[in-house]
Amino acid sequence: MTTPAPGQAPAAPTGQIDAVERRGDRVFSRIAVGAGTAILVALAAVAVFLIAQSLPALWAPEGSFRGTDGTFWDYVAPLAFGTVWAAALALLMAVPLAVGIALFISHYAPRRLAQPLGYIIDLLAAVPSVVYGLWGITVLAPATVPLYEWLAENAGWFPLFAGPASGTGRTVLTVAIVLAVMVLPIITALCREVFVQTPTLHQEAAYALGATWWEMVRMTVFPYARSGIISASMLGLGRALGETMAVAMVLSPSAIISFAVIQSENPSTIAANIALNFPESAGIQVNALIATGLVLFVITLVVNSVARWIVSRHERSLESR
Amino acid sequence: MDTPRRLISALAITAVLATSGCAVNELNRGDSSGTLAGTLDGAGSSAQASAQAVWIAEIQNANGRLTVNYEPSGSGAGREAFLAGGLDFAGSDSALTAAEAENGLGACVPGTGAINLPLYISPLVIIVNIEGVDALNLDAATAALIFRGEIRQWDDPRIQELNPNAALPSATITAVHRSDASGTTKNFTDYLAQAAPDEWQADAADAFPYGGESAQGNSGVVNAVTNGRNTIGYVDASRAGDLTIAALKVGDEFVAYTREAAARVVEASPLEEGRADDDLAIAIDRTTTEPGAYPLVLVSYLIACREYPNPADAELVRGYLSWVASPEAQELAAEFAGSAPLSEGFTDRVLDAIEGIR
Repeated sequence: MTTPAPGQAPAAPTGQIDAVERRGDRVFSRIAVGAGTAILVALAAVAVFLIAQSLPALWAPEGSFRGTDGTFWDYVAPLAFGTVWAAALALLMAVPLAVGIALFISHYAPRRLAQPLGYIIDLLAAVPSVVYGLWGITVLAPATVPLYEWLAENAGWFPLFAGPASGTGRTVLTVAIVLAVMVLPIITALCREVFVQTPTLHQEAAYALGATWWEMVRMTVFPYARSGIISASMLGLGRALGETMAVAMVLSPSAIISFAVIQSENPSTIAANIALNFPESAGIQVNALIATGLVLFVITLVVNSVARWIVSRHERSLESR
Repeated sequence: MDTPRRLISALAITAVLATSGCAVNELNRGDSSGTLAGTLDGAGSSAQASAQAVWIAEIQNANGRLTVNYEPSGSGAGREAFLAGGLDFAGSDSALTAAEAENGLGACVPGTGAINLPLYISPLVIIVNIEGVDALNLDAATAALIFRGEIRQWDDPRIQELNPNAALPSATITAVHRSDASGTTKNFTDYLAQAAPDEWQADAADAFPYGGESAQGNSGVVNAVTNGRNTIGYVDASRAGDLTIAALKVGDEFVAYTREAAARVVEASPLEEGRADDDLAIAIDRTTTEPGAYPLVLVSYLIACREYPNPADAELVRGYLSWVASPEAQELAAEFAGSAPLSEGFTDRVLDAIEGIR
């Protein structure tokens, strides 16, 4: 291995040069290819397992499922709705907060404060979800009861806050708050990374035009980071969609589709429903649970594809500008 | 030069002490008087988990070369694994059906079938948390209407009629049921379906058939009832803690839960029809009017083969199950898991069935 002297151009692509390949190159390329293949094989294996085990439930007669007299689709509809609904509520709370925190760390906070704050946010990501679940049922849920009662009394005309309020606070709104806290660190960390990378030239140009600090952020940081914010939110959404333990512990689930967020009856999520019902299931009920897993798989796939599409469309519009 | 040597000798003494500690332990476990040797694998009902743990610890202490494994993976999983032939015995909150018991059993000699043995009786209780109320009487019909959400206020006349002396508040009832499928729910709904069919209007099921507030597991229900306001729920009796327990109307009187009252209803109940004499699946009579019987119990079974391909396995299963059925083991489970010991008359029937295992 000879390193070209500084300043000397690499060999011109005129003649054929035999690439030197050593054992290390071969081993490394095989490991890389193997790793790349393994992830595809794993994904394919999961898909095959889900589909094969789901088939009996998909064609099962009406009335073979818990909590409904209908077909599999009647069984899975409230669960799919609950999964998306809880995750969407969580993102609605988490994204603005995460963007704010990230912006504070990257552009507003003095450096001495910014670094410890970053560490604390990262620490939140290391707390296991069962601990969030415990926090949810023992602290958060009881604490929300007076708030929910107040909401039902004073804002009950608004469909989201329709009463009667839950007497224990274990509602989909409480779950969404827990989920928001859980996805906050991942979104914050990614947003911060992107914000920090905003080109200094852009920022100084904005100042040169007479922009205030907020105008500078709006003119340079946000446009530059938009696709990053979307990617970060989608990663957070992925975690919220698949979160199992915290939801299973905190939520008071029913087999219904309802937008009301402070009542005792809430739509359950797919992952929590599997965790709650698998131990006492047998036969077709197990197939039904796995089939709901397949539906979750598809939902996640669709969400991720849409996010990719949004990001790529945005990048193209940046380039054409 | 002196210090390292002293350190080494100190280490050596510690090591000797540690190993001898182990050895004492091993000696205890390896009590040579034990006659059972080998490994038994079981799995199933999580309700039995803590009882199985003490039963296993005791029998392994007495039989040093015996290992019993019990994985509390859930009744459904246990039954399925047993039917597939992966287990020596299963624990389950519901008995194998007659058809399942007679056919298709992987671990048993083909054509001989399996038997259900009711060895774990766990009383269930209705717990309430109402401000200013420390005793409550309920009958099945009222309980059914409360858990269906038909009675919504604590000061409803139908509740007040049963509790003339209680100061019931004018507050909304939050009735908490289990959000996970569970044998506890199945037995609770079975009680309501049998004792109040007109009010309940649903069959017994692992999954609660109506809406309302729900929580995961016994501990989740206890938590929701404790932390909520004006709440009511149902749990295994051992989990009730300091919460107020409702007395149930049986015949013309209100019966508070006791272990003896729970065991009495099992003894007074007939066996399911259409089964062999040694297959002791109980059809619990929740409508009993027997004085002092408490009808809200969960009966959990141990399921074993009638005939094992390997006689040594049969001996181990016989040994373990007859230990579990013994008054000492039942008393241990009562102490550590809060179950109700089998009544004397019933113990003999169970032991007879166990003796038939070949």
